[in-house]
Amino acid sequence: MAAAEERKIVLPGDLIAEGEGYEVGVNVYRDDGRIYSYVVGLASIVDGKVSVTALKGVYVPKRGDVVIGVVREVSITRWLVDINSPYQGILPAIDVFGKRFSADKVNLQDYLKVGDAIIARVASFDRTTDAILTIGGKGLGKIGRGRLEYITPTKIPRLIGKRGSMINLLKKESGCNITIGKNGVILIEGPNGESEELVAELIRKVDREAHVPGLTDRVAEILRSAMKRE
Amino acid sequence: MSEIVRRDGRKIDELRPITMKIGILDKADGSAYIEQGNTKVLVAVYGPREVHPRHLGLPETAIVRCRYHMAPFSTRERKSPMPTRREVELSKIIKEALANAIMLNLYPRTTIDIFVEVLQADGGTRCAGITAASLALADAGIPMVDLVTACAVGKWNGKIIVDLTGEEDEECEADMPVALMPNLEKVTLIQLNGRLTSDEFLEAFNLAVKACKLIGELQKATLRNYYEKIKEEVYEQ
Repeated sequence: MAAAEERKIVLPGDLIAEGEGYEVGVNVYRDDGRIYSYVVGLASIVDGKVSVTALKGVYVPKRGDVVIGVVREVSITRWLVDINSPYQGILPAIDVFGKRFSADKVNLQDYLKVGDAIIARVASFDRTTDAILTIGGKGLGKIGRGRLEYITPTKIPRLIGKRGSMINLLKKESGCNITIGKNGVILIEGPNGESEELVAELIRKVDREAHVPGLTDRVAEILRSAMKRE
Repeated sequence: MSEIVRRDGRKIDELRPITMKIGILDKADGSAYIEQGNTKVLVAVYGPREVHPRHLGLPETAIVRCRYHMAPFSTRERKSPMPTRREVELSKIIKEALANAIMLNLYPRTTIDIFVEVLQADGGTRCAGITAASLALADAGIPMVDLVTACAVGKWNGKIIVDLTGEEDEECEADMPVALMPNLEKVTLIQLNGRLTSDEFLEAFNLAVKACKLIGELQKATLRNYYEKIKEEVYEQ
């Protein structure tokens, strides 16, 4: 149907495709041969697979995802981490101190305090337990500097862009190092406060205008004029 | 059929003027505001989020909690802010009318909290609440099989009428709120206060379905306009 070709906005219960030969992708359901949307989003049909990219939504942890979280509680054997999700993150002490960790010798506060931000990977999550995190790995661990910015988690693909076009543009033109957490938290480390603020502002722009075509061009224009001014 | 004019000049099958807005509260995950005649209702939706207290969470599905509340200033005489028996009941029926549309199995161990605040009451507050809450849920990005839309019908002076005002509600012989998923044509709420013959019931029900579908179109336009407006603003620059 034409609706999907031009990435039109669809609403819950809207008919997207009808008939055989369509596959059910994300955020859609099939009822009596017809495919409907679950959410407010942009419909697309790629190789017969019908999907809707939601314009809002929460982050549900997935094994292997890199997320950015903020420590919100320290217990004797683990840290509880806010990962911007209905499900909380748990970082076990043995992940940091090894299997021979003993709770009477180490104070977890000395390593990560409440309010500290970390880059972590989801080690496991199966819906019956909270998301178990790990910070063992390249690029993971405690965040020392920079600022955090939040975006609707469903808009992360838009922030990355086709083959990384958007995120590479942001990194290159602003001179900032940008780390994207799949949970919608973004770490910006720049040479100065102004460039970090500029990137944060553009991330908010991506969040707001994700459904309007030509976004990469608009972001590029703002970046270039801002960089020229400096 | 339409020659009988009501106290406010409406035809028997005519809705009051309706305006809807979404995304009006920053702190809430989703929000909506509806004005239906003099009835004004504000809805905030939070979630899916962690359940507190934790023991209320269910291992296989999300839960829905709803609070329907009338502001102390919503009626001519001050209404005590304490939840009344009526408000507790309406909270439950609004929750059930909406929960049927939500894909609760996608977010086990979480809660979706809906706050329906009546700012001004002039009949049809539960229906306006359901209509607005469904918009707020869609605004929050919560997966639903369809929107939910609601409207009351009733029997007043021997005639079946739609969208009763507070005054008509007090005088009427029967009053029947109906909530429905407009695309799927499935009813999620039907209540009846008073008496209708089976013919009258059918007439009233059909009128309610017609009204709900009309309100459903307004809901859809509201959701679309919200994003179209951002588009227009971008293009203007």
